[in-house]
Amino acid sequence: MFEIRIHSRGGQGGVTAARMMAAAAVKDGKFATACPFYGAERRGAPIVSFVRIDDAPVRIYSQIKKPDMIIVLDPTVMETVDVLDGLKEGGSIFINTHEDLKFPPQFKVYKADLTGIALKENLLVAGSPIVNTPVIGALAKIGLFTRSSGKESIAETFADVRNINAAEEAFKEVEA
Amino acid sequence: MTEIPKEEMLLKCPSTCAGCGSLLALRYILKAAGKDTILVIPACCNSVIQGVYPYMLHTIPVYNIAFAAAAACASGMSEALRAKGQKTNVIVYAGDGGTADIGIQALSGALERGEDFLYICYDNEAYGNTGMQRSGATPLGAITTTTPNGKKVVKKDLDRMIEAHNLPYQATACASYPQDIFNKVKKALSIPGPKFIHILAPCPPGWRTPSEKTVEIGKMAVKSGIWVLWEKEYDKLTVNGPSKAAMKKPAPVIDYLKAQGRFRKVDDETAKQIQANVDRNLKKIAAELEMSEELS
Amino acid sequence: MSKLIMSTGNKAVAAAVKKADPLVVAAYPITPQTEIIETIADYVEAGEMNTKYIPVESEHSAMTACIGASITGSRVFTATSSHGLLYMHEMLHWAAGARLPIVMGQVNRTIAPGWNIWAEHSDALSQRDTGWLQVYVSTVQEAYDTTLMAFRIAEDNHVLLPVMINMDGFLLSHIMQPYEMTEPGDFIPPLDLPHKIDVNDPHGYGAMSPATIHYQFRFDMEKSMRASRKVIEETEAEFAKRFGRKYAPVEEYLCDDADVVIVAMGTLGKEAEVAADNLRKEGIKAGVMRIRWLRPFPLDMKIDGKELVVIDRDYSFGFGGVIAGEIQARYPQTKIAKIIAGIGGQEVTYEDIAEFVKTRKIGTEFWFGISKEEQ
Repeated sequence: MFEIRIHSRGGQGGVTAARMMAAAAVKDGKFATACPFYGAERRGAPIVSFVRIDDAPVRIYSQIKKPDMIIVLDPTVMETVDVLDGLKEGGSIFINTHEDLKFPPQFKVYKADLTGIALKENLLVAGSPIVNTPVIGALAKIGLFTRSSGKESIAETFADVRNINAAEEAFKEVEA
Repeated sequence: MTEIPKEEMLLKCPSTCAGCGSLLALRYILKAAGKDTILVIPACCNSVIQGVYPYMLHTIPVYNIAFAAAAACASGMSEALRAKGQKTNVIVYAGDGGTADIGIQALSGALERGEDFLYICYDNEAYGNTGMQRSGATPLGAITTTTPNGKKVVKKDLDRMIEAHNLPYQATACASYPQDIFNKVKKALSIPGPKFIHILAPCPPGWRTPSEKTVEIGKMAVKSGIWVLWEKEYDKLTVNGPSKAAMKKPAPVIDYLKAQGRFRKVDDETAKQIQANVDRNLKKIAAELEMSEELS
Repeated sequence: MSKLIMSTGNKAVAAAVKKADPLVVAAYPITPQTEIIETIADYVEAGEMNTKYIPVESEHSAMTACIGASITGSRVFTATSSHGLLYMHEMLHWAAGARLPIVMGQVNRTIAPGWNIWAEHSDALSQRDTGWLQVYVSTVQEAYDTTLMAFRIAEDNHVLLPVMINMDGFLLSHIMQPYEMTEPGDFIPPLDLPHKIDVNDPHGYGAMSPATIHYQFRFDMEKSMRASRKVIEETEAEFAKRFGRKYAPVEEYLCDDADVVIVAMGTLGKEAEVAADNLRKEGIKAGVMRIRWLRPFPLDMKIDGKELVVIDRDYSFGFGGVIAGEIQARYPQTKIAKIIAGIGGQEVTYEDIAEFVKTRKIGTEFWFGISKEEQ
């Protein structure tokens, strides 16, 4: 089983990203679940969501304590949240940034400037850049699911083709 | 004036107290409504006077429901019947406690949603079925089993609470005026949407009056102006028959109070206050009549 | 395999309700159930359902409006959770006593104070004696399938009792899992309510019933509750035959040769399967019995000679866990280790469940998270 924890802020679409990731994996013939952790959730507050991908039906409902991968959609949450908590030795990190952030060497780090891509594609909701569709492209590149399943999953969720374009852009940008 | 049908919709020998005002009113309500009618009754005197299973009092279906629940039950029933294309009248017949107190939330919700049924509150001004405890509709000064020295606060103004929902039809009536009840029910049932009729129903054991005086006591209430017969279609207000005269020259309310044992502990000061309240209410209605003219 | 849809438990219940095509839905919002009724309201507004949606002002009125609609012989649905369910309490008795086949989605949530929106079973278990059939589901697919089955079971003329479909708050109501939105076809026959209200055949409903008769009405309810066991089994068998997915009143996992069996309901019962797998790797012959239908209570649990670890996500103060207590009452000889876990959404993992099994003390009650000295 591959377990992923997503860090974002309320209103950024972290939960939708989790669903699109799980949906993409299911399209590849895998089993997957996506679940938000509902706390005192408010717009702008740090939130986490979980995705589990496996070859057999997922029967676990409790929270992910030792993730294989961490996704950080908003790097500013790192000011208050220890996003690396429980990350497995040799686990990976994907972070939305254009900076060269340093992480401990035992983790594999991937990055893409999803915010920059969203701004370039003019992908905005209420003035905020949308990062939850470009991240799907980035994760396809990393190999969580196929590029075509990722695209299909976005298309099912959002009609606007700019979402797919942004995902393609992120696919190209990530070094995997 | 439509002629009241001879056919009775109630079977004989109901288990009411002698001289029951609510049953008198119901007799004419059902004559106006006819056979294509379902009655919804929450906990109240009328849940008991139907008799004991397997016997029944009414010649139409009656659905009994919990105390707070009449308007919600009628909502579900009416929505389902209308969805099936059936025009069957749905009429709630509820007491004042079940309407003004415990049932007000469900009633307000149903009226706000615009449900298509007629809600009739028969008001005997106390919880009659449980032995005359005070309700929100019990008037100032009235003795009940929970206000042994007379109620210290005034009757809840149910009609103005209902008016706040701006209904297509709202009326008051009194068990002593069957033709007026008959006409108002007929009219209400001809109008789609939520309708409300508030009927003063004298209660001989609760009001401590002789059983044969029910009609007379109700008439005294109207003539004194403590109870006003009116009807309202949205903003259009009409004061009916005997209340027109009462508004011009109301009989002293003290006569109405003196005719009932429940007011025997009313002192002079309280009596004055009751009279003042009546006068104030009649002025309000007069003003509302003027405003109604202006709006329509 | 047909197309799989990613959906929350809530949306799967709403999708099944749409297929069942009720005439009336009356509901009131409450977390974490609200998504069910929002989804239904969307279907209705979009013209995808021919349903009258009544946005009532309280749960008491939600259940009452369902009663008023149901007695006209119409299929009805509502959904609630926690305090909403408690606010319905009076009308839950009424619905069952009036023999109305109302179906309700019930998302299990903790009862205040303090305010807590997470999963616990105390809400539904406190309505255990109202005459409703109660089923507890553990996956999004099961939520969908069971909702379809619930209409057929409730409306079966041998049953005519309401059905409450229970689903763990957030853990299942909000998780997204792939499921197949099976077309039920004629799996749910049209409702034929024998006592429906009819102006051409007037009857009185629910007036005074004397002491000489009332107990007969209540025994009739119990007869129907007993008869519902067969109807449930037949319905589950028919469902498996038509759609390929098998369910049972008690779902067994690795129980045949098990020495110790974990008993739980809802998502805990599903996660317990992972615990059983891991325990077996350590040489402990563990199995799982996940109770689906709590009412009617299962009478043929195959637990002879096995030790049980019963996990109650609920508590009856001054008595103990409800499920452990019921099993002990129905199967008096059974050796039970009683675990109270998951209260107020307390996190319970498959590792914790395996630990419950390894450290079990038969005949004792253990509150997960409470120190040894305080137990």
